[in-house]
Amino acid sequence: METLEKSSTFQVDKNGYYGLFGGAFIPEMLYPNVEELRNTYLSIIEQPDFQRDFNHLLKNYVGRPTPLYLAPRLSEKYGTTVYLKREDLCHTGAHKINNTIGQILLAQRLGKKRIVAETGAGQHGVATATVCALMGVECIVYMGEHDIERQAPNVARMKMLGAEVRAATCGSKTLKDATNEAMRHWINNPVDTHYIIGSVVGPHPYPDMVARFQSVISAEIKTQLLEQTGNANPDYVVACVGGGSNAAGAFFHYLDDTDVQLIAVEAAGKGVDTGFSAATTALGNAGVLHGSRTLLMQTEDGQVVEPYSISAGLDYPGIGPVHAHLYQTGRAKFLSATDDEAVQAAFELAKIEGIIPALETAHALAILDRLGAGAHEVVVVNLSGRGDKDLATFMKYID
Amino acid sequence: MNRIIELFQKQSANNLNVYYTAGFPNVSDTLPILVSLQEAGADLVEIGMPYSDPVADGETIQQSNQQALENGMTVRLLFEQLQEMRANVTIPVLLMGYINPVIQFGIEDFCKKCAEVGVDGLILPDMPMDVYLNEYKAIFESYGLVNIFLVTPQTSESRIRQIDSVSDGFIYTVSSASVTGSQSGVSDNMETYFEQINAMNLRNPRLIGFGIKDQKTFTMACRYANGAIIGSAFIRMLQKSGFHPNDVKAFIGSIKANKPTEVDV
Repeated sequence: METLEKSSTFQVDKNGYYGLFGGAFIPEMLYPNVEELRNTYLSIIEQPDFQRDFNHLLKNYVGRPTPLYLAPRLSEKYGTTVYLKREDLCHTGAHKINNTIGQILLAQRLGKKRIVAETGAGQHGVATATVCALMGVECIVYMGEHDIERQAPNVARMKMLGAEVRAATCGSKTLKDATNEAMRHWINNPVDTHYIIGSVVGPHPYPDMVARFQSVISAEIKTQLLEQTGNANPDYVVACVGGGSNAAGAFFHYLDDTDVQLIAVEAAGKGVDTGFSAATTALGNAGVLHGSRTLLMQTEDGQVVEPYSISAGLDYPGIGPVHAHLYQTGRAKFLSATDDEAVQAAFELAKIEGIIPALETAHALAILDRLGAGAHEVVVVNLSGRGDKDLATFMKYID
Repeated sequence: MNRIIELFQKQSANNLNVYYTAGFPNVSDTLPILVSLQEAGADLVEIGMPYSDPVADGETIQQSNQQALENGMTVRLLFEQLQEMRANVTIPVLLMGYINPVIQFGIEDFCKKCAEVGVDGLILPDMPMDVYLNEYKAIFESYGLVNIFLVTPQTSESRIRQIDSVSDGFIYTVSSASVTGSQSGVSDNMETYFEQINAMNLRNPRLIGFGIKDQKTFTMACRYANGAIIGSAFIRMLQKSGFHPNDVKAFIGSIKANKPTEVDV
């Protein structure tokens, strides 16, 4: 991770806001914990020994730098130049581990003995259980009762890694309820426990902290693209957005480079207007969710709406405050892809490039045909995860 | 004068504040429960606005919130139900809830409605102090509403003093590091914490909440503060046997049994 201090209207301000969005909307019970993080996170992650440990683990444990791969047949098909940032090749199969490595090192320096986390599809849960096993730290992962049934292989992985998986049984029994339960657990155990949030959501400083740990993605893209093309900046960076951690990492070092178009792809589910969708910017409005002011899907009465997507990782009713700001300022363009378009894009990548992407990632690939990128333009798609976990879903589409 | 401030001026000890969820157990129970709490001897009442994601609440209040939402409870409906409350209700009334539904209603409209129906104060646990001071305080004050902040055993002395300086009405003293309703009783180190806060000589009265569930815990809390708050224990009673005014009377009577003014227990 390189030095990240820069003045930017797209980075978090000193009060924890991205324009109108962000902040720390938390009950007093969480205030001391969040305040401790707010006061220490920058100084800890800038310490040389933290940087040394972080970079060492990213290189030797996670397998970074991940390749930036020029996809020739995909490029030919869409009449442009497409590079894939291969986060699917990270240990545990997705970008999520960049953040959990950073946060476990931070938790150790804060003297925390236990880790709590939430997970939807189980990818962040597995990445958290992995780093806890690596460091010998107790790990509790909350997962919606409904998701535990849908994502049995990841539940098994977490258990094999020594984590305790606890069911969130209230509300809709999915990711947002698992997040609520993890927060309640932290309220009940404020002194010895660190909460590893998996996306650029939650109260400040989480969105910024997670974005910084994921920013290694765009730092590497810049270096690799410069080596391969002579120009560090592509014309487009494309990433899927649930909470938005892979997009935040892929955009991070390009936020102020306005020659680069940032494209965020949300899950349209069965279609934006069908009532079965997770396209937050299309369907949501401003409010407070999980500790930050952001855009979220809600009723007229301010109750949080349960979203829908075929992809459990995009099945979240809000987006991180940084993305709300990028949307509102027009710095990033938000598109969406339906379940069917995503599945089709996943099969296409498998057949023409030999890469099975995660269902989440497939949403980013699904918009290549309407991006309008020209023959001499360069598109980088963040290939955030691999699709092994989604085989049960893909199998239903084979025949 | 604001009814909450007036109450603590008249009566500085043994104040019982009862929390219940609007629209629970039945959607039309909101006002009748309020009236019966007053008749039973509650000194002030906190009406919970149900929310889909109540992160500071334990299972009991999560369930009452969920049931109330399924019953069709909304902020708009709550104001309709409370429209005539001041015809019968003289005790202070607070609205408690998470900030998102209030933001959706519109802060100014919400406060205006509160003033119109006769609400005296608000408890919005996930509203940050800086947002309150910079954006909402002037609006709350212009409608005569006091804002209640929480302090916990982890709150630093300097922050407690800051909270005291920006509070009116009372300070909600959370007894332990927990969500609502998830513990039993009050422990020795809690008493040390209560004594420490006492010794700070704050300008605001204090009510102790979380873990107060019966006469014993209420009496103990009252030794260290100006009264206490009961929530989950009351909701559990409603969950178990539904809403009956006589049960409410018996419940409140059992909590306040030590008060000499209380009769007919």
